[in-house]
Amino acid sequence: MTSTTQAAEASSPPATSLQGKPRPGDRNFAATALGAGIFILVILAAVTAFLLIQGVPGMLADPADAPTTLGQSANFWDYVWPLAFGTIWASILALLFAVPLSIGIALFISHYAHRSLASVLGYIIDLLAAVPSVVYGLWGSTVFAKAVVPIYAWLNANLGWIPLFGGQVSVTGRTILTAAMVLAVMVLPIITAICREVFLQTPKLHEEAALALGATRWEMIRMAVLPFARPGIISGAMLGLGRALGETMAVAMVLSATGVVTIQLLTSTNPSTIPANIALKFGEAGYGLNVNVLIGTGLVLFVVTFGVNALARWIVSRRSEFSGAN
Amino acid sequence: MSKRIDVTNLNVYYGKFRAVEDVTMTIEPRAVTAFIGPSGCGKSTFLRTLNRMHEVIPNAYVEGEVLMDGENLYGTGVDPVRVRRQIGMVFQRPNPFPTMSIKENVLAGITLNARRLSTKEKDEIVERSLRGANLWEEVKNRLGLPGSGLSGGQQQRLCIARAIAMQPDVILMDEPCSALDPISTLAIEDLIQELKQTYTVVIVTHNMQQAARVSDTTAFFNIAGTGSPGKLIEMGSTEKIFSTPDVKATEDYISGRFG
Repeated sequence: MTSTTQAAEASSPPATSLQGKPRPGDRNFAATALGAGIFILVILAAVTAFLLIQGVPGMLADPADAPTTLGQSANFWDYVWPLAFGTIWASILALLFAVPLSIGIALFISHYAHRSLASVLGYIIDLLAAVPSVVYGLWGSTVFAKAVVPIYAWLNANLGWIPLFGGQVSVTGRTILTAAMVLAVMVLPIITAICREVFLQTPKLHEEAALALGATRWEMIRMAVLPFARPGIISGAMLGLGRALGETMAVAMVLSATGVVTIQLLTSTNPSTIPANIALKFGEAGYGLNVNVLIGTGLVLFVVTFGVNALARWIVSRRSEFSGAN
Repeated sequence: MSKRIDVTNLNVYYGKFRAVEDVTMTIEPRAVTAFIGPSGCGKSTFLRTLNRMHEVIPNAYVEGEVLMDGENLYGTGVDPVRVRRQIGMVFQRPNPFPTMSIKENVLAGITLNARRLSTKEKDEIVERSLRGANLWEEVKNRLGLPGSGLSGGQQQRLCIARAIAMQPDVILMDEPCSALDPISTLAIEDLIQELKQTYTVVIVTHNMQQAARVSDTTAFFNIAGTGSPGKLIEMGSTEKIFSTPDVKATEDYISGRFG
């Protein structure tokens, strides 16, 4: 007993060695991670500060001080409201097209297609995301808009009693509906990619549980895959919505905007969107408070986007105990 | 309700690899049949061929016959979806649907049949199935809460309730207790004794004491080595297999000399 204790004392290092030195790798990594986290907050704060400092004077401006922007409006809010409406309206229409299509494509890739076909298809969808938005704008305004004119005429003639399809149909096809469909193509890849990843992560256990109960493939998807993927689908849709809300070039090139508030989809009088309006007006806005008015509209867009994201988070967290995260 | 299963010369393949070779056996109704054997010997694979769940794996197929009361499960025109509605399955790890409440989990299979049920009928099915799985008393006051909030053993009994809600002819259990603690295991074993009054029960287990405790008939599977197919070595009454098996390999496995 005594000898083993002595042996242990002799061989074991002094007690203070339990207090090891801080490892430089750990410390560096912690510092880098902390720095990165703070950096993103600083950027966000800087952008917010810029929008507030530059935008608020524009929001309070007298129309006389900003003639190229506020020229025909009573005040800033009168000016921004049709733009904000157009932004949200076009984005929601785009999501209405893009989300069901994305879910369908993602399900096909994750659960229906043969593995080799699925990887090719996934790659092509990712390529869509790499197409510059100005190219979509060119295509939308020169090719796509012309192609949909007969369809619009038919919708207007046969379903014109629905307010959405009413009014005087556009002969150029450059309407808010066309812009929304171009936006839909643009946001499709991001929503599809996220849905595909989430669908593939459905636990095999739950898929097998459904199949063993005698579910067909579609029933299995409805029972195990879609409920599991619901938060992911919403996140993907919100990322897509974020891109649609902020998209500038494609909308500016496709849409023939007149700055009205209307839900008619097929006419040549369409609401513009905030980003497209900023891009189109910026060149001639170089004096007075015009630039500040445009930055003010940017602040409104910022608030709208923030609100949309908060809403999405709330939807996702509402049934978190049923989420499958446990 | 309870049906006999006759398997004749069944081979299971994953692509070119033969996983199970030439199994012939009879599984009696209203009894518990246990499959034992070392890991990788094909007993789970074989179990899955009894409700065609092996087809979930790409390139898996079988040769041979599986007759359930004379009806070939692999006959032409047989729909695997129909087969699985008659042959319930319980998995190694409890897998209640996390997005569903306890009640919805029990009714998951019933709703697949797209039958319109009144609230009263649904409540009856839920209570009958949960009572059948010895879970009713524990959950009757929280049927609306998520199934994933239950303990592991309760979740497994919920899965059994989900299976018996379908009123199947056969219940297959793939190592149903391997993720559970001893007390939950005991609860499931007691339940298996009750289930065999009504159903044909087939259970795969790594736990030989469990096979000895719950089963009436035991089948021993073995493989010659990695890469060779699993085979049915011996099948007989549990009493005989665990006392005087005919084959030396069975005796070695039972007595713990290998595996």
